[in-house]
Amino acid sequence: MKLHEYQSKLLFAKRGIPIPKGRVATTAQEAREIASELKSAVVIKSQVLVGGRGKAGGIKVAKTPEQAEELAAQILAMTIKGLPVRKVLVDEASEIKKEIYLAITNDRAAKCPVMMCSSEGGIDIEEVAAKTPEKIIREHINPFLGLREYQARNIAAGIGLPREHWNAFGQIAMGLYRVYVETDATLAEINPLVIDGKNQVKALDGKIIIDDNALYRHLDLAEMRDPDEDAASEIEARKYGLSFIKLDGEIGCMVNGAGLAMGTMDIISHFGGTPANFLDVGGGANAEKVAAAFRIILSDKNVKAVLINIFGGITRCDEVARGILKAIDEVGVNVPMVVRLVGTNQEEGRRLLADAKMETATLLAEAAQKAVNAAKRKS
Amino acid sequence: MSILVNKDTRVLIQGITGREGSFHAAAMLAYNTKVVAGVTPGKGGEWACDNKVPVFETCKEAVKSTGANCSLIFVPARFATDALFEAADAGVPLVVCISDGLAVQDMMRVRNYYDQKGIKLIGPNCPGLLTPGEAKVGIIPGYVAKPGGVGIVARSGTLTYEVIYAITNAGMGQSTCVGIGGDPVKGLNFIEVLKMFEDDPQTDRIVLIGEIGGNDEEKAAEYISDHVTKPVVAFIAGQTAPPGKRMGHAGAIIEGASGLASDKIKALEAAHVKVAKHPEEIPTLLK
Repeated sequence: MKLHEYQSKLLFAKRGIPIPKGRVATTAQEAREIASELKSAVVIKSQVLVGGRGKAGGIKVAKTPEQAEELAAQILAMTIKGLPVRKVLVDEASEIKKEIYLAITNDRAAKCPVMMCSSEGGIDIEEVAAKTPEKIIREHINPFLGLREYQARNIAAGIGLPREHWNAFGQIAMGLYRVYVETDATLAEINPLVIDGKNQVKALDGKIIIDDNALYRHLDLAEMRDPDEDAASEIEARKYGLSFIKLDGEIGCMVNGAGLAMGTMDIISHFGGTPANFLDVGGGANAEKVAAAFRIILSDKNVKAVLINIFGGITRCDEVARGILKAIDEVGVNVPMVVRLVGTNQEEGRRLLADAKMETATLLAEAAQKAVNAAKRKS
Repeated sequence: MSILVNKDTRVLIQGITGREGSFHAAAMLAYNTKVVAGVTPGKGGEWACDNKVPVFETCKEAVKSTGANCSLIFVPARFATDALFEAADAGVPLVVCISDGLAVQDMMRVRNYYDQKGIKLIGPNCPGLLTPGEAKVGIIPGYVAKPGGVGIVARSGTLTYEVIYAITNAGMGQSTCVGIGGDPVKGLNFIEVLKMFEDDPQTDRIVLIGEIGGNDEEKAAEYISDHVTKPVVAFIAGQTAPPGKRMGHAGAIIEGASGLASDKIKALEAAHVKVAKHPEEIPTLLK
């Protein structure tokens, strides 16, 4: 789950990381009031969960409260990469002497967190990493020891930070590690961390991504989820413990297991069809979940055929069959269906579906071809 | 021979009285796997699986009483981290965690702890291990497999059953099937399992099943090129998946890899691995 910049920066501030003065606004009038209170030039920043806000015109500097109101009105009317701007952050403008990149993320290969830092912060950080990797300093963190102060000094030295800023930088690094641990983040990023005109080090921008698997122990953070982050159908799917991603094709897919779901999409494409979605009903799918999955798939008007591919391990084919029947009963299915049930309790599952009007298959290639042909007949 | 588990493996199941634990414990017993103990806090002293398996309060007691040398975990995600530490402290040399939904930061602590103790971990979020005809430690359906010479290592769950099934239908059998799981931080990875297959006399060919994301397949390709003499066939799931939701800048910087299927396939082909276009093409490429 991604947090907005304003949410991330508040979490930073709570752990002693300096941030610019400012507040979030939902109307242009509010933006004007905040600018008046700050008594300085302000930066109006759209709060949307995508990168490249600045390049899209979603970040503007205003010199007066009137101008703040005008620019905030413009930005609040924008849609950036498909996401409507509902909030703007109004921050006092800072003079920037130096931009630094500082982040903590999970290093899958090293199996521990890593703090990364570069003296070349800002929007081109990925280019810096690709072209001049020596400019990215890394410190791996032992998950039992946590970030140690000497490691923050290693980083400060590594990026050539002037000695006068080491204390402030050390506190920010330790604060960022606390944010990372205490929010169960998979990413806590400050870009840029700046040295401003008053020679202060502060976080001008922030990004936190929280591990969805850990949200059960962070109910306060879970409430911060922006529903715009995902399509409505994806949110509906999450309620039922389904993993769903909407795509643009014609064949609705219901599969158990992420790998098999992707493999099923691959084989549909291989035979000339286009998948309408990725949908993993998960392990141990029961009738309720299957019915919910059906409703979500069929809410997409582009769907011309549905392919159900279940290879039972934890999932029992008879439960899936009951879900399919329940869904047909409740939702009404008016597109052709191809069903392939293999694995745990397959005989019972197939027996339950024998009376329902649907095509069946035992091999994956056969199922995919049947679904592709059914979709073609329908269009 | 085989790798990791065989007919002598003595399995303890954490969460044996739960819905999934009891269901799969029964399937494992039906496969003649030695399920010697179960652990469910609060149910010590009871018997599971039609009175065939004693249930203990703790792993420590279970290992002491039954000599279990492998623990299989079926407990819900929020208790699984504790179960993993408990298994490690009970002294079993191999732990298989089927549970999914574990937090990454928890798994980093688990993996570091296991490495310190020298304990092998499979999973989490995986289907477990199957040595056909000898032992089923996990949820891979036994009947899809038969004994033979193909070693299978896979990140996916159900896709692995699909591939095993296709290989069996084509008349070939498997030495051991290893589902390592798809989580970002996990136990054994491709390279560690590839090494075991390379050293296993029963295994004559290897199938690697990867998927998009991360760079484990690229690293495996490099390892295969340098260290694996047996033929390897691969499939990468997600060749048609749209580019995933990005993880800020840090993900790209840290891995220096795109995570795309096309890059993984390129790396594997450069290591002389035959890459299948879809799962059911794998048996043809093995012949």
